[in-house]
Amino acid sequence: MKMKKFVSAFLASAVALSLVAGCGGGDKKKAEEKKPAAAATVKVGVFLPLTGDNAGGGELEIRGIKLANKLHPEVKGKKIELVIADNKSDKAESANVAARLIEKDKVKVILGTYGSSLAMAAGNIVKEAKVPAIGTSCTNPQVTKGNDYYFRACFIDPFQGTVMANYAFSKGARKVAIVQEVSNDYSVGLAKFFIDAFKKLAGPDSIVEIANYQTGDKDFSAQLTNLKAKNPDMVFAPGNFTESALLVKQARQLGMTIPFMGGDSWETQDFLNVGGKDVEGVEFSSFFDSTNAATPEAKKFLEAYAKEYKGEQPGGLTAMAYDCYLIALAAMEKAGTDDSQKIRDAIAATKDLETATGKTTLNADGDPIKSAVVKTIKNGKFTYLKTVNPEDLKAQ
Amino acid sequence: MEIFQAITNMTAVGLAQHMVNGISLGSLYALIAIGYTMVYGILLMINFAHADIVMMACYFALFGITTFHIPWYLTFVLTIALTALLGVTIERAAYRPLRDAPKNSVLISAIGASFLLENLATYVFTGRPLHFPDIPFLSSMISVGGVQIQAICLFIPIVTVVCLTVLLHIVNHTKTGMAMRAVSKDYEIARVMGVNIDNIISITFAIGSSLAAIGAIMWGIRYPGITPYLGVMPGLKCFIAAVIGGIGNIKGAVIGGFILGLGEILIVAFFPQFSGYRDAFAFLMLIWILFYKPTGLLGEKTTEKV
Repeated sequence: MKMKKFVSAFLASAVALSLVAGCGGGDKKKAEEKKPAAAATVKVGVFLPLTGDNAGGGELEIRGIKLANKLHPEVKGKKIELVIADNKSDKAESANVAARLIEKDKVKVILGTYGSSLAMAAGNIVKEAKVPAIGTSCTNPQVTKGNDYYFRACFIDPFQGTVMANYAFSKGARKVAIVQEVSNDYSVGLAKFFIDAFKKLAGPDSIVEIANYQTGDKDFSAQLTNLKAKNPDMVFAPGNFTESALLVKQARQLGMTIPFMGGDSWETQDFLNVGGKDVEGVEFSSFFDSTNAATPEAKKFLEAYAKEYKGEQPGGLTAMAYDCYLIALAAMEKAGTDDSQKIRDAIAATKDLETATGKTTLNADGDPIKSAVVKTIKNGKFTYLKTVNPEDLKAQ
Repeated sequence: MEIFQAITNMTAVGLAQHMVNGISLGSLYALIAIGYTMVYGILLMINFAHADIVMMACYFALFGITTFHIPWYLTFVLTIALTALLGVTIERAAYRPLRDAPKNSVLISAIGASFLLENLATYVFTGRPLHFPDIPFLSSMISVGGVQIQAICLFIPIVTVVCLTVLLHIVNHTKTGMAMRAVSKDYEIARVMGVNIDNIISITFAIGSSLAAIGAIMWGIRYPGITPYLGVMPGLKCFIAAVIGGIGNIKGAVIGGFILGLGEILIVAFFPQFSGYRDAFAFLMLIWILFYKPTGLLGEKTTEKV
């Protein structure tokens, strides 16, 4: 009997602990950072997927934000305090934590998030509260369109899709198959822009198959078997890194040797871990080339990163998150730290700001015009292939 | 008629490849579905934690091979033992204290156990996917007349059939099995007749969890991205498989698993435009079976005792 009681007491406390662990990541941080005098700090909200399907992306981005905070810890003599919240890769949770950051933590500006669907879920919250948000790597155009309070540090999918379509065409692809993650706005959007651009280059019949899967799917054998029968030159498969890595792996198992291409979300360690040697040679677009520092700020970023994470190369997602922090910082330098409306206007007016990925200027939609980088995987490492500037595409 | 074009276009090799994919997925579902059906058959409760036991087993096997460098065959044996222990522990801690409580309390306790395992795994193993190690010959590919088969896909159906045979033997031809059947008929009476029902239930959980572990190992080799929530969707589908076959009936669970696995693959094969809706297939089957044969394909009609 005693044993029984002990076991139930243990289980009850374990449940309580797991609840704390599940949603408390941000709270713990807050408690630690509340100690310094309240008047001398400025709160900046950060919401990212730190657990769940997109955790690998969130993890890389939080590094960028923390690194930027370390290098630039103050604005107008006040210490910047990051209030970090986990949106658990879940759309409903994403809206919840954004509301919590605004209402409970009273932040005046929010950074995040990885994942366009997650950003869009929080879009209305920031719009109604009139608190500006800056997206790290949410590339779907709908994130900022019609929302005066959402900005972003990354390029958008119409550009990214066109870059990859041009790249595929230049590599000799004429018949392309698409595999998209239908429950993911990023994947569907990017696939659509790729299709539009590729049809313009190679003719209306150049897309031979469009296959769908759901976030979290593990088995792609049926879709791939269909696709193999169509005999495409290349497959474009933007999507979350775990699913994409399994997809490429299963394609190789089915004996498909044609090239696979994807988008910026592939540049995570998890993609390499899950895909192993099967993802060698895949090509994808990214935000940033770590072998080529474009600005003094980029140099600073690379040096700090090398010190903090020894032996690792910073990817595009980390650089984007770093830039995101810099945009918010510059806006607060200009507009002060109390009025979110003024901060919003200052962010909207961002022009020629020196960031880790070059000079950042936001257009009327709140999107920067930036060049893209095409990368591949060689010997288990992300490897730079080429840079594509927005002007290059217009010239064609 | 465009919708049927895919059928006429399908080549023999393509169809064979789809069948191979479907059978291997179906066998995996079948193994996991057996665990659901056994517990239901005996306790009349749905063990929602079963899917998460599968997930934990994946992690046990993964860490055994990668972190502790135990040879894979030994790791598999250890994984099965550890998972059986986990299943028995959950039963003891979360279900046994509620043996005489209303059925709903046990159900809620099961959901609690499921969430506990998921959050514990997220906390301990992080939410990021880990790669299940390649097993030398099981992960390799074999080509038969243009059809690519992963070696594990040949083993999965065999293992499923062997497990099923052993299990049916235990249930139908041993003393423990007889006690299981007695408990499942009426556990009050079984207790009066001298059956130690706590032991029998523990054994049931041990067997169900061992099968989950076997399913999990093969799942890991076939789909090597391991996350704390990997059990959720397969768990739902296997539960549906058990309902389709007639919950409580072991053969029914296997048949249900094959129907779902094959159906899911073939729906994508013949109607590629519906490939995003393949999960819906399982739920449509569930609705259909509940409408037309609520007891499942092999289920017996029982009258509620008042």
